Amino acid sequence: MPNYPILALTGGLARFASRFFRDGFRPRYEVGEWLYQCYVVGYQSLPLVGVTGFIMGIVLTLQSRPTMAQFGAESWIPAMVGLTIIREMGPIITALIFAGKIGSSIGAELGSMRVTEQIDAMEVSGTNPFKYLVVTRVLATTLMLPMLTLLADAIALYASYIGLNMRGVTTLALFVNNILGRLTFGDALPAFVKTFFFGFAVGLIGCYKGYYADKGTEGVGQAANSAVVVSSLVIFILDLVAVQITGLLGLN
Amino acid sequence: MLLMLPGPILTSKPAPTAAATPGAAAPSAITPTSLTAPAETVLTVEHVDKSFGDNHVLRDFSLALRRGENVVVLGKSGSGKSVLIKCIIGLLLPDRGCITVLGQDVAGLSHQQMDELRARVGFLFQSNALYDSMTVRENLLFPLRRHWLQHRRAEEDALVRQVLDDVGLAQTADLMPAELSGGMRKRIALARTLILRPDIILYDEPTTGLDPVTSREISHLIRQVQQKYNASALIIAHDMSCVRLTADRVALLLDGCCYAEGSYAELAARPDPRIHEFFA
Repeated sequence: MPNYPILALTGGLARFASRFFRDGFRPRYEVGEWLYQCYVVGYQSLPLVGVTGFIMGIVLTLQSRPTMAQFGAESWIPAMVGLTIIREMGPIITALIFAGKIGSSIGAELGSMRVTEQIDAMEVSGTNPFKYLVVTRVLATTLMLPMLTLLADAIALYASYIGLNMRGVTTLALFVNNILGRLTFGDALPAFVKTFFFGFAVGLIGCYKGYYADKGTEGVGQAANSAVVVSSLVIFILDLVAVQITGLLGLN
Repeated sequence: MLLMLPGPILTSKPAPTAAATPGAAAPSAITPTSLTAPAETVLTVEHVDKSFGDNHVLRDFSLALRRGENVVVLGKSGSGKSVLIKCIIGLLLPDRGCITVLGQDVAGLSHQQMDELRARVGFLFQSNALYDSMTVRENLLFPLRRHWLQHRRAEEDALVRQVLDDVGLAQTADLMPAELSGGMRKRIALARTLILRPDIILYDEPTTGLDPVTSREISHLIRQVQQKYNASALIIAHDMSCVRLTADRVALLLDGCCYAEGSYAELAARPDPRIHEFFA
């Protein structure tokens, strides 16, 4: 098995995911811990996601303006930026930021709990650590990333509006109408749906890496690091799969 | 300082047996085949094997623990002491053999039955395993609430106060584990074990990483806990000072099996060089 680490990782993640679906929906339900994790994962990521979204929107607008102006297509900027952000940039950038912040934090937290025997202590205390630690975190990341993506999209679009007004004058109503006039459910819905999968991947991989961490403090560092690397890679792979599926459905 | 407060919430347990009283003559070596001793046997380990790949950690290991008795399992680092204790609490499954805790075969228990059994068996981890993200009070209440033992807020406060008094750290309830010294963390971990009033306490190297003075304090604390709660204790150790202070009986784990058994004085007096190297 050590000769095929990718296969070992894939198999391990598949088993971990199947255990999540097997154990996650049986009582005892850890509602309190899940709500706390939603707060940690969602609310505490707001500033970072907000700032990233703002910069993404304003930079995209300012960078595209000169080129669009050359073709006399400045009026298309809101629609172009809107589609880019809602379909691709918003979900993927937010997911990558989320993987960096939350994936690493989950990997390090669970890893340190593993090497300091806190997970064993939990089991001895009448608690299923998989449910208490893994299921709550994976559910929280799965539900919170779409919310954060919606927020990042909104902030990015507002930043785009500000960017447009830095070089010219556009009303908010015109800006919004311009975007909504070009946007369809086929653009927004698949982009929103895929963020659930991104969130699930970030939570599952972070938990997997932390839950099975070993080798003491070195293992904790490795868990945090590989949680981010693998999550980021899986996000891109899932995005590629999503593009293929929407293409097959005629939504591209 | 250990305060012997009368338990306002918990019912008191029967007085310790003579065999469990510190300073009393230690009972002769017990094997699972000679369980006719007068005190009730609360834990038996019979012919247990445990391997990790080619590493045979336990080979035909047998041991028994009586009510109110402190038994120390002594052995070198890496000899399988922690594996033994984790098999007893069900964190690891033995490859062969039978472990009976409070009359129940550990291998045959469902998750729920195992949880119920664990509520009666305390485990003090080598690394203390305090939850970093919780205060001392939350750490103490965690096992209480997770085992579905519902108490009113006032009762919980009284329980927390009592176990903190027992370990001499009454003022630490609102501190985080990171704010405590190594010895204090060990005491809090013991308090977390005591809050469920266990019948058996498993100590995994309770004095590892502590200075000699704190180590002695913890050893005395283990004795005081035995007296007050009449709990049986299985103590994994290689610190001879701790062994001398806490053991009613010592089982020497060598080559994966119980190589010798007896009181501290009996083993120290044996001429066998393999035993003698521990007591030299």
